[in-house]
Amino acid sequence: MQNPTFEIKAMRASYGAKEVLKGIDINILSNSVTAIIGPSGCGKSTFIRSLNRINDLIPNFHASGDILYRGEDIYSGDVDVVDLRRRIGMVFQKPNPFPKSIYDNIAYVLRVHGFDMREMIDEIVEKSLRKAALWDEVKDNLKQNALTLSGGQQQRLCIARTLAIEPEVLLFDEPCSALDPISTAKVEELIHQLKQNYTIVIVTHNMQQAARVSDHSAFFLMGELIEFGKTQDIFTKPVDARTEAYITGRFG
Amino acid sequence: MNRKSRNKRLDKGFSILGIASIAFGLIVLLVLIIDVFLDGSARLSWSFFTSFPSRKPELAGILSAWVGTVWIMAITALIALPLGIGAGIYLEEYAGKNRLTDFIEINIANLAGVPSVIYGLLGLGLFVRYFNLDRSILAGGLTLALLILPVIILSTREALRAVPFSIREASYASGATRWQTVRYQVIPAAFGSIMTGVILAMSRAVGETAPLITIGALTYIAFLPQGLSDPFTVLPIQIFNWVSRPQKGFFANAAAGIIVLLGLTLIMNAAAILLRHHYQKKIRW
Amino acid sequence: MLLKRRVLLKIKETLIERLLFFCSLLSVFTTLGIILVLSFETFEFFKEVPVLKFLTDTQWTPLFINKHFGILPLLSGTFLTTLIAMLVAMPVGLVGAVYLSEYSSLKVRNIVKPLLEILAAVPTVVYGYFALLFLTPLLKKIIPSLSGFNALSSGMVMGIMIIPLIVSLSEDAMRAVPMGLREGAYAVGSNRLQVSFRIVLPAALSGIIAAFILAVSRAIGETMIVAIAAGQQPKLTLNPLVPVETITAYIVQISLGDTPHGTLEYRTIFACGMSLFILTFILNMLSFKLKRRFQEVYE
Repeated sequence: MQNPTFEIKAMRASYGAKEVLKGIDINILSNSVTAIIGPSGCGKSTFIRSLNRINDLIPNFHASGDILYRGEDIYSGDVDVVDLRRRIGMVFQKPNPFPKSIYDNIAYVLRVHGFDMREMIDEIVEKSLRKAALWDEVKDNLKQNALTLSGGQQQRLCIARTLAIEPEVLLFDEPCSALDPISTAKVEELIHQLKQNYTIVIVTHNMQQAARVSDHSAFFLMGELIEFGKTQDIFTKPVDARTEAYITGRFG
Repeated sequence: MNRKSRNKRLDKGFSILGIASIAFGLIVLLVLIIDVFLDGSARLSWSFFTSFPSRKPELAGILSAWVGTVWIMAITALIALPLGIGAGIYLEEYAGKNRLTDFIEINIANLAGVPSVIYGLLGLGLFVRYFNLDRSILAGGLTLALLILPVIILSTREALRAVPFSIREASYASGATRWQTVRYQVIPAAFGSIMTGVILAMSRAVGETAPLITIGALTYIAFLPQGLSDPFTVLPIQIFNWVSRPQKGFFANAAAGIIVLLGLTLIMNAAAILLRHHYQKKIRW
Repeated sequence: MLLKRRVLLKIKETLIERLLFFCSLLSVFTTLGIILVLSFETFEFFKEVPVLKFLTDTQWTPLFINKHFGILPLLSGTFLTTLIAMLVAMPVGLVGAVYLSEYSSLKVRNIVKPLLEILAAVPTVVYGYFALLFLTPLLKKIIPSLSGFNALSSGMVMGIMIIPLIVSLSEDAMRAVPMGLREGAYAVGSNRLQVSFRIVLPAALSGIIAAFILAVSRAIGETMIVAIAAGQQPKLTLNPLVPVETITAYIVQISLGDTPHGTLEYRTIFACGMSLFILTFILNMLSFKLKRRFQEVYE
């Protein structure tokens, strides 16, 4: 078995006095898709948002335990959060393009990381848009404001933006919850292709989606990890009764 | 049944009272504008703008006053804008919630309510006397800058607060630093509202009289300031000077000066409102 | 190279954060500056004039040969003009706020509010002119005994100036009252008037009081209207028809003259400023605390 990308032991997380993750142990494997499933409020979003420390933006948030990314504790004092977030890209629930042109959405993240050569930026913009399967739709309108794109296009732009700086991991936090079925299919197809080069973690409340795109699944319930294994196993022969109850739709 | 119709009448009556009370303020504004126009429009001429004040009302003009106002506004803006916007950014984007920031916040709320004449005393004690700047343009500009600083800070914070959190999230998630996020995402998104606040603050500074009188700005100047250390007068002080003369002839000058000052204030306010409107329309999240 | 860039970026980040922090600290220095400047000269002032005398003497004549330094006449002038202003601004402002919040359509509100803001943006020297040369002559036709300078017309104009402040802040408070409260009352058949006065006003009361207090503070600190139209005669009176002098108007009066620096007369304006600062500071804090408590309930 390959080395895990994330090794997580006894992870706890809380907002003020409210604890939302109560001791999570999980290994996330490289170059595979791991789906995090569970009912609303189970802590799956908090979990994924802790992996790139984007939750640091929320006042009163606190995480503890061992959260090792490639052997390095990402919550230790000397971690460069900015660099961490470059290596671990994230796509959010609601598409959040910057209120700028399509081109500038991608160019911005490149400039932020020190790219300043025009030709190079042009090249990466095209490459990332191609990877995100958006190039053909927008190549003639790169100067157009990104907010005028459809929801599905916006989300693919956000994926392109994330790919532009060549991260090692991609985190998807319910990337399709705001999209129509056709856009959802496109994004799922994209995730499937990206798997070859990236380690992917995806939070979803959609069982079929988890079954379609992931290799491994983790079932969260009320801040605890109930079951983790190959997606196929989780969906066909869950060990825990609660997992079974959830995937067969008896609660949610 | 009777009670019901009585209630209805009361409701209707209050509605009329409400319209009347709103209209009252607006009618007064209208009367005021008409009044100064009737009193002063005859004095408005090219020479009114190009003449120095004089003992003879017919010859007096606002040259030194409007030039002084331009100087003071420039200095005030140069000092207050970066400091005020900077402080607003710090408090909204950087500061955590702790005792110090809470204290700073209360302090700014209080400063916004300190009477302007007190800022004049501050300017007099600090800039004119302690720093020995005398009754100069620099002392005046510094005083007004401190006066509008809280206004700019408060409006900047409000503007930044209106920028959706998701934009910051997107920027940080792509590995941008705090300043990069603020500089390239948050400020551009809030730019229109920040400028609206700045214009309103400046329009307040244009009309301020008391603090500048308190630091000792002159009321009669027959030359133009050449630099930061020169004495000055401003438009509202010139108007005040004319209002307080016993000779009736100067009242027309005061009214003419008011037309200019009011015009300036109204244009700035209209610009601010239009700007706000424009940006509200343009940006839909 | 990448490492060097990262180090540079970090240094830049830290520097900018420090710089911005300094900007926000400046507001603290401003307050400190005000307190220090006022205290220093006030302290010198009280070396020569006993505090008790300052607070109880009923005459204020620093410029005469027979000098008296009792702030009561200036306080009474300030109180009188403020009272008149509030008598105008409170009812008109509150009714206007109820109307805009509970009766008018969104469209009307969006047009009226910016227009009212213009009323607040008019420079006070303009209001002074209006009080002295428009309102006083007009009132004189009704009250022949009215002096050319008086507390009445300056107070009234001051009230008009303060209306937008009360309308805007009270309306914000009323609109913060949750829709559910109103719906509950409408559901049992109340009309708008009943909902406004029995449900919304009581719920928004602390916010409205905060607005009133802030308005009082604004009236106390207002300078140019009273300096132009209320006169310059410190008199211990509550008669609105005669000339009076407020604390602020006195500061302007002395500043216009050539009172030499370092004299007792010069220091009087700082002692007056200190009194004014303390007065408005207490009111501002009271208003701030009330508003904050109100916001905590509804947000």
